[in-house]
Amino acid sequence: MEYHLKTPLSKEDVLKFEAGDIVYLTGMVYTARDEAHIHALDHARKGEKLPVDFENSVIYHCGPIVRKKGSKWEIIAAGPTTSARMNSLEPDFMKTFNPSGIIGKGGMSKDVAESMKENQCVYFAITGGVATLASGAITDVPDVLWYDELGMPEAIWYMDVEELGPLVVGIDAHGRSLYEEVKDITINNLNKIIDDI
Amino acid sequence: MDTKEIVVKLLTKASTSVPKDVINSLKKANSEEDSLVAKMQYKAILENIRLAGERLNPLCQDTGIHVFYVKLGKYFPQDLKQGIFDGVAEATKEVPLRPNAVHPITRKNSGNNIGRFIPYIHYELTDEEYTEITAMPKGAGSENMSALKMLNPSDGIKGIKKFVIETAFNAGGKPCNPGIIGVGIGGTADIAAKLSKKAILRPVDKLHEEEEIAALEKELTEKVNSLGIGPMGLGGKKSALGVRVEYAYCHTASLPVAITFQCWAARQATARIYPNKVEFLEGGV
Repeated sequence: MEYHLKTPLSKEDVLKFEAGDIVYLTGMVYTARDEAHIHALDHARKGEKLPVDFENSVIYHCGPIVRKKGSKWEIIAAGPTTSARMNSLEPDFMKTFNPSGIIGKGGMSKDVAESMKENQCVYFAITGGVATLASGAITDVPDVLWYDELGMPEAIWYMDVEELGPLVVGIDAHGRSLYEEVKDITINNLNKIIDDI
Repeated sequence: MDTKEIVVKLLTKASTSVPKDVINSLKKANSEEDSLVAKMQYKAILENIRLAGERLNPLCQDTGIHVFYVKLGKYFPQDLKQGIFDGVAEATKEVPLRPNAVHPITRKNSGNNIGRFIPYIHYELTDEEYTEITAMPKGAGSENMSALKMLNPSDGIKGIKKFVIETAFNAGGKPCNPGIIGVGIGGTADIAAKLSKKAILRPVDKLHEEEEIAALEKELTEKVNSLGIGPMGLGGKKSALGVRVEYAYCHTASLPVAITFQCWAARQATARIYPNKVEFLEGGV
């Protein structure tokens, strides 16, 4: 199936997706990678309210290249980073902030897939390295959070996007992960190849 | 043209384009692919390469950590080292590149891609009439999958093959496949690692000059691809555009093997500096 949807994503939308579906998103998307996850969770642990509401939001594992044009930020390159680096942080993040979607590349672990099922969240795969293509979908950069503390790649950038995609549902909210399916195939192939050497 | 200007030009080219041999190899991979999800990845990659070239915009937001290969000939410019450092800082502002260089422990970002030992410059002495500079901005997604193993000499060629295939399996779709897998065999631990990165600079359609090594490259490429990882780890026929091997003689008691992954955005650019002119080369060296 192919979907064209607006963010934030309702849990009803999330449950419609099946691994392999194609999705295009319009609306606000927030970037967050290693340091932003750690920083946000630290705030929550201390009982501090975040200036941004992640409820039903879409998070993008991305550290963009940004430049200032007058008083406005302009994102010139915004491809995904390796999501697996956030494997140990994401279950806590989902439980605490309840996002509906995570965009990244390379997939996430079985534990994260399990946690996505519990928290009704999906993983969208965007092709790695296609930064110029992805930045073309950004219509506005209304704000940035923690730029001074975390630096350009690790800050949380607010991106207004139009028809960001194609995104492939890599892990759905029913526990199915394309990455685990490919892994099962590759393990089988690996064993055969090693036996033949 | 001073060295700084040459380096800015090299980094602009390297961050906004990939060599023709890589583009052709990606197109071929796309035409041989059956899976729709895999074909979608190639479509996005090829469209992104086209747009980045048109707009001189970085292909990937990860414009890498800066590694240079310098072949010093009989002539070399006097501002070589300072010019490389100044060129990196200037390109960071001008292209622009993402400031990626951080202190390894405090993680403080220097803001201009310059820091202790970074950019890193490999020097090689040659008897040529020119000095050659290759810029190789190296992204972290692929670099983080790199591996080194000190094998026992008795593990032999079987051990080497097994290590390469298992490492490619463990990396899965994380190095932004299909890219190039560089394998450095022999030397010492650091020499093997250095050779594995150097092997990536060779054009992807060019096999090793020695027949036995070329055969090993073919076999490893075929075996890695038969794993079925596919573009971006979503399944498919090509997991690597090519496995490239380089070797050095080693101690009779050692067998070091290092593996470096290069994503599909195999960025590099080379210039030759003569006393009275500068020549910018196409593709790998």
